[in-house]
Amino acid sequence: MKLYSRLSRPAQWSLVFLIVIASAALFAPWLAPYSYETQDLQLTLSSPDTQHWLGTDRLGRDLLSRIIYGARVSLFIGVFTSLIAIGIGTLYGAWSGYKGGKTDQWMMRIVDVVFSLPDLLLIILLTVVLGRGITGIFLALTMVSWVTVARIVRGEVLRIKELPFVESARALGMGQYRIIFREILPNTWGLLIVTLTFRTPVAILAESTLSFIGLGLAPPFSSWGTLANDGWTAIKFYPHLIVFPSIMIFLTILAFNFLGEGLRDVLDPKKRA
Amino acid sequence: MGRFLLKRLLYGVPVLLTVATLTFAIMHVVPGGPFDREKKLPPEILQNIEAKYHLDKPLWQQYVLYLKQLVQGDFGPSYKYVGRDVADIIRDTFPVSLTLGLSAVFVSLILGLPAGILSAYKPDTLLDRFCIFLSTLGISLPNFVLGTLLILWFSNTLHWLPPALWEGPKYVVMPAIALGAGYAGYIARLTRSTLLEVMGSDYIRTARAKGLSEATVILKHALKNALSPIVSVMGPLTAGLVTGSFVIEFIFSVPGMGNFFITAVTNRDYPLIMGVTLVYALLIVLAHIVVDLIYRLLDPRVTVE
Repeated sequence: MKLYSRLSRPAQWSLVFLIVIASAALFAPWLAPYSYETQDLQLTLSSPDTQHWLGTDRLGRDLLSRIIYGARVSLFIGVFTSLIAIGIGTLYGAWSGYKGGKTDQWMMRIVDVVFSLPDLLLIILLTVVLGRGITGIFLALTMVSWVTVARIVRGEVLRIKELPFVESARALGMGQYRIIFREILPNTWGLLIVTLTFRTPVAILAESTLSFIGLGLAPPFSSWGTLANDGWTAIKFYPHLIVFPSIMIFLTILAFNFLGEGLRDVLDPKKRA
Repeated sequence: MGRFLLKRLLYGVPVLLTVATLTFAIMHVVPGGPFDREKKLPPEILQNIEAKYHLDKPLWQQYVLYLKQLVQGDFGPSYKYVGRDVADIIRDTFPVSLTLGLSAVFVSLILGLPAGILSAYKPDTLLDRFCIFLSTLGISLPNFVLGTLLILWFSNTLHWLPPALWEGPKYVVMPAIALGAGYAGYIARLTRSTLLEVMGSDYIRTARAKGLSEATVILKHALKNALSPIVSVMGPLTAGLVTGSFVIEFIFSVPGMGNFFITAVTNRDYPLIMGVTLVYALLIVLAHIVVDLIYRLLDPRVTVE
């Protein structure tokens, strides 16, 4: 609560918005007015009205319900790929930064190769191999996004390991694992939270972009990106089908970015840009 | 300078070789070949096709053969577009993508730089906050969402601009905006923060003490030194434009490399996938070299090694 009151106004609104979206995703079966697959063939492609707030799609399925269920997939992929990427990236970056020298050089060279290629290009190539189910997309996203985290954490560890308290820990004879996990990493949690907040929208964007161009999630899963892709084919006459999922993607990414900026100002005042 | 260039170019070779090897490996562990059909081809025909494209040889021989052709600038024939070479396709589509990419860079600079300068001119005012807010909007708006909104608005409702295809300057406007707007946000941010950093230096105080107007101080004195960080994002920006172009070319049916790449992935047209990927990698390596060169020109103190 104390943290919340220190956040900027846009960050506070964003947090509330994200909590609402996340709860809607979590409690989708109770909140959604219809099931995501119920077809009403009498009422296909209807515009938004009182019965279907956001209209229906080609098969008469309720768009609002499909967006609520789609939030599950989009948020799940966004949050969990980022969490795993942060786990891997933190370990890798911390080890590389702490060891320094040749180890650091080699470990970072690998990171540089992955980093130098465009994310989406790599993800597309990887999904060609891994398939386009949830697992494939999930793995591909994680494999690409940990390098960013590794770079950030390495930089921070390089800075912290020169501080006097680490030196005294070493003088006390602590082992390197203990120094990394007990002394150094606890000092990076603020940075990690900020990084998680900024990585999540990147992952959501990547997934929805892939799905939008038809190289992302294959049915039966539907995320906001696949919904937008469905709507794309009907853009001329039924724009509501693409507008609503697109707005959800935009607002969610925006909220994560505002929240990330707010958190950064509070947790890491030096880096304010 | 010549030595620097040569060194950097040689540095790019292992990167490209890695990319070539990786894409080759990825494409060949994939289940399902390019000639899988709903209806199975007769085995003799399949054998002929595979012999024609050397798919019947052991993997390492295919790899060596591929690299050999690559060095000669030959990416092999496309599996899908029968009778066309991958190199041909790239030659036809690359200029289109390049035009789109350069226009997008132009859009991002012309929107981003002034916004960042305005922000830094009066920091922490309403104007500054407004510019920051706009840049966050730009960063958060996915390019396919922006592209869709532009089509809905300017093509479907107002009928000002064509929603698709590539037949003249009018057709470039919306794709370039959709692709460049997000980067305008980044550039605005970066311009603001580097300008603010520079504004604290002694020589700025001197310039102010001479009685120069704030606008002259910023535009003539501060901006020149704030440019280096902005130039340095042009490398990553190129990478971003590449992936952005997949989406934008898809939405606006632009006959560029990105569009062909997407179709190639769906069709499992290996040579085309690998060719386009390599061209992208080459492009990014070159972009980084150009950025380093400009960096040296802007700031003679920098010696890039």
